[in-house]
Amino acid sequence: MQYLLMIYDDEKVLGSKTPEDRAKVSAEYLKYTQEIKASGHFLGGDALQGSHTATTVRVRDGKQTTTDGPFAETREVLGGYYLVEAANLDEAIKLAARIPSSRWGSIEVRPIWAIPEMGPKS
Amino acid sequence: MGLDRGPSDLGHSRDGPQELVQAVAAIEAVFRAERARVLATTIRVTNGDFDLAEEVVQDSFAAALDRWPVEGTPDEPRAWLTSVARNKAIDAIRRRVKLRAIVDAEKIISAESSVDAGEAAVQDDRLRLIYTCCHPALAREAQVALTLRTLGGLTTDEIARAFLASPTTMAQRIVRAKSKIRDARIPYEVPEASELPERTDAAMAVIYLVFNEGYAATAGDSWTRRDLSREAIRLGRLLVELTPANRAIHAEAEGLLALMLLHDSRRDARSDDRGDVILLEDQERSRWDAAQIAEALPLVPLALTGSGSGPGPYALQAAIAALHAQAPRSVDTDWPQIATLFTELLRRAPTSIVALNRAVAFAMWRGPDVGLAMIDELAEQLHDFHLFHAARADLLRRLGRIDDAASAYRAALTLVGNEPERRFLQRRLDSLAS
Repeated sequence: MQYLLMIYDDEKVLGSKTPEDRAKVSAEYLKYTQEIKASGHFLGGDALQGSHTATTVRVRDGKQTTTDGPFAETREVLGGYYLVEAANLDEAIKLAARIPSSRWGSIEVRPIWAIPEMGPKS
Repeated sequence: MGLDRGPSDLGHSRDGPQELVQAVAAIEAVFRAERARVLATTIRVTNGDFDLAEEVVQDSFAAALDRWPVEGTPDEPRAWLTSVARNKAIDAIRRRVKLRAIVDAEKIISAESSVDAGEAAVQDDRLRLIYTCCHPALAREAQVALTLRTLGGLTTDEIARAFLASPTTMAQRIVRAKSKIRDARIPYEVPEASELPERTDAAMAVIYLVFNEGYAATAGDSWTRRDLSREAIRLGRLLVELTPANRAIHAEAEGLLALMLLHDSRRDARSDDRGDVILLEDQERSRWDAAQIAEALPLVPLALTGSGSGPGPYALQAAIAALHAQAPRSVDTDWPQIATLFTELLRRAPTSIVALNRAVAFAMWRGPDVGLAMIDELAEQLHDFHLFHAARADLLRRLGRIDDAASAYRAALTLVGNEPERRFLQRRLDSLAS
């Protein structure tokens, strides 16, 4: 079963870190990514540009509106994600708990809804 | 959805000849006794699909009603019910696969795998059911509702009445929990050893919460509430029965069971005919349930020493309750030992409520002035809690500081929510004047 691990961070916290600390976090992320690639859990993943680059799109009654900013104005914003293969929720939770940002941000774990008509993912 | 059909409302006529009525009653009794076990195994067969499992288990009972009166009751009724439920589950999964043209091979494989209805396998299935219902990915109130629904066999309406929620809210809560188990794939497994302590704590917290809901609160249908406490004790027994493999967990489960039995033994003595509170020290001890105390007391030393790593919070609370139960009169209570146990409990479970109880025990042991000083240190954390002010008021009264006691009782009265407790505090306040 596939799970999306969504990484919510407070951008201010990361922004206030010293360059050395940021380099340390990057190294941790690199190590984690390599580990879950080696263990066969990794299917995909990326970091996202800051929430100031976000645009939200809605279509209502055929009319499109675009607004600046992320969908929800909260302190913690979506900063990146991993798509992983895990046997069940417990395994997915374990993978999520190893993501560096779980120590200062939050990781939302969501199972992928496999819709056959959409075809294989890769 | 038919989730709440009891065994007796399946539409079978109940006014047949006498023998048939008796046969139906006998089958219903078997079903009541075996339903949770059959369900626990069937949920494994359906790969964690609670709805499907409940449906086919209900169908297996309907099949028993049709066939047992004619063919005779099978030698192993549970195995019979389990295997009928399993076959119906496999049929249902095959139909779904065909209907959706999805080959969900994994589901079929699990359904085709043999069903071991032997005692050990069923015990494992019941443990799986406990841990799945109390999975930390479910909200606490959902854990409670699902546990009562599947392990306790209470109807959704009964659970709703007990928790003063509307049946619709409760039904939605249960439906949501079951969908999360299925769709997020919460595993139907006993957690691995490294997670077992934490996951068992969660299960015990659910059981104790059910117990307290039945014991402490005075609102709601009193019959249903009493039922909740009984149900919690039954689940506590189940946990003791199922957890012998891990010493520490088994000991703590014994502690929880003993604690519930001891609290519950005082049920009839703790309020008067009008529902007014009677304090422990004023209770008529002959009205305590001696049989229940006798069952609990031997568990306490096992719970205290069995873990190998020091007693857990439930064992310590059980030990405190046991000392109360063993005192023939209130004045005989072993306060020094109770105070010491509270000190240990505070170390294991550092909450301000435990600290408050510890202070009261020290007041009984070393005098009200000592207890009052300890209570006053908790003012910051507990000033919104009526029992903090009530405990202070009592100690101030015993120290002869009547005006201070009165204002503490008044502070408690502005915070108390529960009517019998409010009347109790008011009586205490009134008695200060005389």
